[in-house]
Amino acid sequence: MAVLSEEQSMLRDAAKAWTQEKSPVRALRGLRDSRSDHGYDTEAWNEMAQMGWAGVIVPEAYGGSEFGFLSMGLILEELGRTLTASPLLASGLAAASALTLGGSEAQKAEWLPKIADGSTIATLAIDDGPHHAPERTALAATASGDGYRLNGRKTFVLEGMAADLLVVSARGPKGIGLFLVRADAAGVNRTRLQLADSRGAANVTFEETPAQALAGGAGLLDQVLDRARAGVAAEMLGSASQAFETTLDYLKVRVQFGQPIGAFQALQHRAAKMFTDLELSRSAVEAALAALDVDSPEAPELVSLAKAKMGDTFHLVSNEMVQMHGGIGMTDAHEAGFYLKRARAAEAAFGNQAYHRDRYARLQGY
Amino acid sequence: MADLGGADGPAFRVQVRDWLKANYPPELRDPARTDPEAVWGGRAFVGSDDPQSVWMRRAAERGFTAPAWPRDYGGGGLSPAQTRIVEQEIAAGGYRTPLASFGVWMLGPVLLEYATEDQRREHLPKIVRGEIRWCQGYSEPGAGSDLAALATRCEDMGDHWLINGQKIWTSYADKADWCFCLVRTDTAKKHEGVSFVLIDMTSPGVETRPIRLISGDSPFCETFFTDVKIPKGNLVGKVNAGWEIAKRLLQYERQNISGGFGGGGGAGGIAGDLGKIAADYVGLDETGRLADADLRSRITRNKMDFRALQQTIARVAAESRASNGPNAATSIIKYAAAAMAQERSELMVEAMGAQGLGWAGDEYSPLERQAVRGWLRSKGNSIEGGTSEVNLNVIAKRVLGLPDPK
Ligand SMILES: Cc1cc2nc3c(=O)[nH]c(=O)nc-3n(C[C@H](O)[C@H](O)[C@H](O)COP(=O)(O)OP(=O)(O)OC[C@H]3O[C@@H](n4cnc5c(N)ncnc54)[C@H](O)[C@@H]3O)c2cc1C
Repeated sequence: MAVLSEEQSMLRDAAKAWTQEKSPVRALRGLRDSRSDHGYDTEAWNEMAQMGWAGVIVPEAYGGSEFGFLSMGLILEELGRTLTASPLLASGLAAASALTLGGSEAQKAEWLPKIADGSTIATLAIDDGPHHAPERTALAATASGDGYRLNGRKTFVLEGMAADLLVVSARGPKGIGLFLVRADAAGVNRTRLQLADSRGAANVTFEETPAQALAGGAGLLDQVLDRARAGVAAEMLGSASQAFETTLDYLKVRVQFGQPIGAFQALQHRAAKMFTDLELSRSAVEAALAALDVDSPEAPELVSLAKAKMGDTFHLVSNEMVQMHGGIGMTDAHEAGFYLKRARAAEAAFGNQAYHRDRYARLQGY
Repeated sequence: MADLGGADGPAFRVQVRDWLKANYPPELRDPARTDPEAVWGGRAFVGSDDPQSVWMRRAAERGFTAPAWPRDYGGGGLSPAQTRIVEQEIAAGGYRTPLASFGVWMLGPVLLEYATEDQRREHLPKIVRGEIRWCQGYSEPGAGSDLAALATRCEDMGDHWLINGQKIWTSYADKADWCFCLVRTDTAKKHEGVSFVLIDMTSPGVETRPIRLISGDSPFCETFFTDVKIPKGNLVGKVNAGWEIAKRLLQYERQNISGGFGGGGGAGGIAGDLGKIAADYVGLDETGRLADADLRSRITRNKMDFRALQQTIARVAAESRASNGPNAATSIIKYAAAAMAQERSELMVEAMGAQGLGWAGDEYSPLERQAVRGWLRSKGNSIEGGTSEVNLNVIAKRVLGLPDPK
């Protein structure tokens, strides 16, 4: 665990206490079973917003606390532990980064305070197809008056149904860039996705939809994506840690052959291996978040490292969680399936392990 | 009934092929036209004119639902080589399995070996004809990997047995007509206190509660027995000697599970060439290779593993025919097949990307939804029929002769 400031420790403790009490895994089960439209509990979101979580990376001038990415990561990690569904990552981290880094004074003033207080939900819309390929977007932005018009489609838009504001990547006259689109703008059509992990997402189409450009082009897109990726990795760290701890507890209590199954060396070694992977992953995730906080030139590389390593670890731990629980791990009544499903969705979000291994190599020039 | 038993080789193959062509209900070529439950047979389908039931009955009459069983009990009376020909022709012609059945795969073979003549005559023909659907009452909440810890009591009441206890993970218990069940007849001993009994699921005191799986289906149940009376004749073998039967049945079960995996499927697997499906979703680069080199190499490894597994299954079959004895390589098949089938399912959903994360709704094709459910279901491959860990323990101890820890 990174050495935390007093503020960060308090933030983490508050997040831990709140998620354990207000948002255990059964909250996600409830959302799933009630077929919630948004994919998260709006009352819970209001409470999170009141605690200031949506403004953690937003500059103070726009109503945020400017605590930074490591602090945001601590909250996301705690949310990940209980698989809490919320728009914090999409809105308070990803979209807030886009506006902070690429927004004009007017755009920031219009949107950031509302994102920071949780009253506006914003999100990124990046991929046209089933695989993360931000550099290949075909969604077209054409100049029109003092703004742009968008035509095309985006898939797998996180919190796409709940969002009031979409930050859309598109191919404009000067190459790829990010564009702001109001969700209620003309020509926006959203279809709710029913995902295996029960979280909220949408496919979105745009037809002659009015949009405003953010400044920064493809470089901005990369920076914004890296913030989103680091955030997903932090959430995955929490989920994988909890999946591991739940499994470890089970190894101590499930008795077969007259002893706890954790007495079998075959399982002990696998638990020890998972612990090893989790420690390596924690270092990678925290290093990525810290690099973003100081705007290090190494950040892209460190983010890809974190997302790839964390992806492999959560993949392994979620599979082992089911396997080590035996038959009960296969039941919907148990939590293991929720972690397993979340693992694959989080792995795929903003580039899976294969994508980030490839990117890591490209960044290093081979 | 034409005598298929006498012919062999190419002539036999032609007979089988002709018969299949002439007797397969054309409606079955249309997947929407059948009730998948009917494939499993059982009381509910006796006399049904569902095309799958018609197919099952025609195949049963020819002995093709249990080709290798003796004719006396309704089987095909075919040699192992002929049985293989029947299986090959059914697969090659794209015909459905005429009957999927725990009775055929697991119970029948042990009844042939351990049951009395009366028991065989009572149960085997009904299995062959798909009239009775069986479930397997082995696992209990406290007895999974340590199956011999089972506690369901079976008491001798003079003119009947009295059963009390609970089973769990009983696949299709809510749909089955009968259950082959492990029970405790002696509480003082562990393995030597287990007996093997047959229970009519309509007996008073039997209750089943479906359990939902992570894939959303409810194929298995909790099964409760409360003061269930069964006739004395429903115990197979000797009292307290059921463990040997139980283990023998598990061998058949694992063989059968592995057989399913051999085709690349396994419970949960979806059909189709993984490489081609990946190409559809990921695309090819300018040199014709899958655009994701990392995924490509993992898919290739999985495909090669499967190929080696199929080669192993064929080699084991050939060697055991030649030597007429068990073969050490059989012990690896279920473990290896489960791992490969699970990896294949993982790669399938990864290849589909965001389309491989859907649960329901029109934004996903039927194939995509099936891939996701299948991926989740495949997690059970390394648990059902004995876990992979137990499998590896068996290999390490019985095959490799490694000692137990002190
Ligand atoms: C889809 C599915 C269908 C099934 N259908 C049936 C059915 O029809 N009838 C039936 O009776 N049962 C059925 N089962 C139950 C299955 O046989 C058991 O789940 C299995 O034997 C494991 O038992 P358990 O669930 O109690 O797990 P446990 O035995 O509690 O195992 C938990 C974990 O500990 C590990 N472990 C246990 N002992 C050791 C050891 N000595 N060394 C190393 N690791 C060990 C296991 O491998 C597993 O990873 C089904 C299960 C599934 C998943």
